Amino acid sequence: MTDGPAAMPGWLIVTASFGYLTLLFAIAYYGDRRAERGRSLISNPTIYALSIAVYCTAWTFYGSVGRAANTGLGFLPIYLGPTLAFALGWLVLRKILRISKTHRITTIADFISSRYGKSHLLGGLVSIIAVIGIMPYISLQLKAVSTSFTVLVSYPETEPLLATDVPLLGDTALWVAALMALFAILFGTRHIDASEHHEGMVVAIAFESLVKLLAFGSVGVFVTFGLFNGFGDIFARAEQLPDLAPLLSFEAAGADWLPLTVLAMFVVFCLPRQFHVTIVENVKESHLNKAIWQFPLYLLLINLFVLPVALGGLLLFPEGSVDADTFVLALPLAHEQPALALFAFIGGLSAATGMVIVETVALTTMVCNDLIMPLLLKFAWLQLAERRDLSGLLLGIRRVAIVFIMLIGYLYFRLIGETYALVSIGLMSFAAAAQFGPAMLAAIYWRSATRRGAIAGISAGFVMWTYTLLLPSFAQSGWLPLSFVTDGPFGFALLQPQALLGMTGLSPVPHALFWSLIANFGALVAVSLADTPSTIERIQATLFVEANRHRGAAAARLGTLPGRVPVSKLIAMSERFLGRERTGEVLGEYARNANVDVSKMPFATGELVQYVERRLSGAIGSASARVMIASTVQGAGVSLDQIMQILDETSQVLEYSRQLEQKSKQLENVTTELKAANEQLREVDRLKDDLMSTVTHELRTPLTSIRSFSEILHDSPDLDINERQHFLSIIIRESERLTRLINQVLDLTKIETGKMKWQMSDVDLADVIEHSLTSLSQLFEEKRITIERRIQPGVPTVRADRDQMIQLVINLLSNAQKFVPAGWGRIVVSYQQTGDGVRVSVADNGPGIPEAEQTAIFEKFHQVRAGNTGNPGGSGLGLAICRGIVEHLGGRIWVESTPGEGSTFIFTVPFAMAETASDTIATGSADGEATAARPSVA
Amino acid sequence: MPKSILVVEDEPNIVLSLQFLMKKEGFDVRVAQDGEQAIAEVESLAPDLILLDVMIPKRDGFDVCQTIRANPAWSHVHIIMLTAKGRDIDREKGIALGANDYVTKPFSTRELIVKVRQVLNGGG
Repeated sequence: MTDGPAAMPGWLIVTASFGYLTLLFAIAYYGDRRAERGRSLISNPTIYALSIAVYCTAWTFYGSVGRAANTGLGFLPIYLGPTLAFALGWLVLRKILRISKTHRITTIADFISSRYGKSHLLGGLVSIIAVIGIMPYISLQLKAVSTSFTVLVSYPETEPLLATDVPLLGDTALWVAALMALFAILFGTRHIDASEHHEGMVVAIAFESLVKLLAFGSVGVFVTFGLFNGFGDIFARAEQLPDLAPLLSFEAAGADWLPLTVLAMFVVFCLPRQFHVTIVENVKESHLNKAIWQFPLYLLLINLFVLPVALGGLLLFPEGSVDADTFVLALPLAHEQPALALFAFIGGLSAATGMVIVETVALTTMVCNDLIMPLLLKFAWLQLAERRDLSGLLLGIRRVAIVFIMLIGYLYFRLIGETYALVSIGLMSFAAAAQFGPAMLAAIYWRSATRRGAIAGISAGFVMWTYTLLLPSFAQSGWLPLSFVTDGPFGFALLQPQALLGMTGLSPVPHALFWSLIANFGALVAVSLADTPSTIERIQATLFVEANRHRGAAAARLGTLPGRVPVSKLIAMSERFLGRERTGEVLGEYARNANVDVSKMPFATGELVQYVERRLSGAIGSASARVMIASTVQGAGVSLDQIMQILDETSQVLEYSRQLEQKSKQLENVTTELKAANEQLREVDRLKDDLMSTVTHELRTPLTSIRSFSEILHDSPDLDINERQHFLSIIIRESERLTRLINQVLDLTKIETGKMKWQMSDVDLADVIEHSLTSLSQLFEEKRITIERRIQPGVPTVRADRDQMIQLVINLLSNAQKFVPAGWGRIVVSYQQTGDGVRVSVADNGPGIPEAEQTAIFEKFHQVRAGNTGNPGGSGLGLAICRGIVEHLGGRIWVESTPGEGSTFIFTVPFAMAETASDTIATGSADGEATAARPSVA
Repeated sequence: MPKSILVVEDEPNIVLSLQFLMKKEGFDVRVAQDGEQAIAEVESLAPDLILLDVMIPKRDGFDVCQTIRANPAWSHVHIIMLTAKGRDIDREKGIALGANDYVTKPFSTRELIVKVRQVLNGGG
């Protein structure tokens, strides 16, 4: 039955694999590009649910069948757990989600460290455990890729080659690992703020989830309906064999069912990668509502064919001739379906790459923020203090860490991975991640849980895990004597690592889980109860446990550091970690939301400090952010104890009469909202009133001349022809002025309200300048103004609206000609490329602008009325429009001038911004998502 | 002897029209383009009437009006304020500061002349 099929050529598999990975890069690249243009792909609940399906790794893909072949329904708990967690525990997930969003949490280590008083120690501990615990899991994926490759190439020789037999450079796994590292670097470390979304990566992961589902489903359909006559046929034939019949009942699954289900419930939010896709990459809380059924549905679909494929393999292959872990590949190969086998291989590859990429990014963020950053801050403080911008350094560290983690994963696979079955390695990692479960649950539901309690719990759990799972695995790899497992250390039978205190009857993983969680919970509860938490712990505990109550502004008020923080220091510190541009954006965002002018505040409000601290948390983790913020505080204001007291008092009152409180709170909210709305309306009214009065004034002025001269002409029939002509020309000029003014008011309103239609195209500004000069040439000639051009040739185009650019340049030129001295006026127009954009300047030899006026002239209706020049005759809107145009394109406009020596108006247009300033019609309606789409620094 | 009028206004075209109108009525017309110049003109020779624009450079019309009213020597000087700001509050402010009348731009030339005559006659 198996003599027909031949091995598949290696080059074909390699080409297909790399082709697939290239496609993945392209998808991720596209996802990032879309995000930059503000048309996010991941703002979609189904993509979110698919990305959570990164839970299904190569272990699911190959190992589930292997496990089903041995234990029947025993493979199910791993999927039942997450299903239950999502269906029943979505309130838990939602709470974690809300807390993480409010506090800009970047990883599970960050979450735990932040809750327990922003503790460096705890964050570091969680990171180390995560790296040690998850490393085997990463190796497992590499092993799966390597093994499945070997199966395809060498079939029907099913004896898997030992990885160590393969020369290093000829090892597919190494190249796959290298490509994954590259992917993680390219799409996982784009922003310094790790709490921002990695859109491209998420889209790619969602795509991979589809591929692995389709691939596995195809094999399932082929086996079930191609090789057999449907589900009924397979089960009926299996039942007739005494070896296989037990697999169809719960018998084979045995006592492991319950513990494994609990384990899987824990890990679906404790595995670093699951925390990352479910919590950190979540775009909208509402997406969770769909994910709670879509993700379980996915699990159901991908598991539908596990049992049929396992039974099919057992029925068709002679006893033990083919490793059950490879049935997914071996079945199609044995029946001359190489294309299907190749598709299955790609499915397994996508399962592996998805897991490795997300896991690496999550681990790297942890290692960087919770291990390296605190150490750098502690030991290398002086050197760090001298460096101004650290954002590059941070990204560099993350990138190096990615390569490092991937390398360790690969080495682990070469050294130890070969001796263990897929399932055992995966479960071992699961059990390690589950150690974060107690601290996570206590974090959000038990206020009295303390930092020391969490450290004790996690440490105790980890020690038990090491003793009952890791050491025995070393023993089986021959690194420790096997007697350590069989007889207990030094012959103490009670201490046998896999039958502790004489507990037998559980397989190793449930056994380890039982003991480690008992130790973990026990230590957490005991130590927390005996402990007195510090103030910061109590504040964070309240904020986390009562997250639903202390959301938004209320949460921002609490947990603020006492004392005053000078804004300048805050900015300087933020610039070092986030970079200059990002800091500008962050402050701008804050200023817009809070409607304040940050530059005018000498000391930061508690709210602003909190805002910056959260942004910083996104980049360097909450504990480090707290240390850095604390370093900027001056003096002492309200003490933490006082804040806590306020918090406690309110909490007590709230607990006495929650209902009353809720009602009064609602009422209060409504009142505050009304008040705010009213205030806002009044403010708008006032501004409108001011503007209206100014506009009216500007309209009435030309109208006055027009009316007066019309009446004069009407009432004085005896005027001489010259005077009549003169008055008529005044009427015409003033009418023109009125028209221009009305147009400008409309233009400016359109720009300000975002209703301007921008016709974006690639514009050559040299051409725009030439065009503008030509259209004013007659005027220049009349006024005998010399024009000098300093145009740099070959400057690239920028994305802009050509007509608006012409209006902009003409405005500046006609402004200049108004002020130059009669008879010897001189205007110099320069154009050149700068680092990241272009720069245009218009210099005149007019009277100049006093420094006090240099900013104000860009305001609406502001005119410089120098003593003897009188009214320059402009509307006072030209420069405001210029500013509107330039700022829309992401550039800047300003004036440099020394009174008496002329003025130079300069504007810049960046290339980068010009690319992302999308060609949309409406702008200015900047909401949260639009800001997220901005390109990030670094 | 013709009555003298000081036009205080910074818009050259409005100055031109006021000058034309007042000259045609037979008044003696002088012009000031800003607040300081206006005070200087009054100091050099107090006119019978000032057509005083509110929005002028340096010292605004209200300021000029107040200054003139503060000096008893100029109590005979009549003031008609001109403004392009149509709000009632501006009118009230002008009257409160001692202006004899208040005209909103754009104005009817005939009505302006009537008002000028009334103010000059009423004041003696």
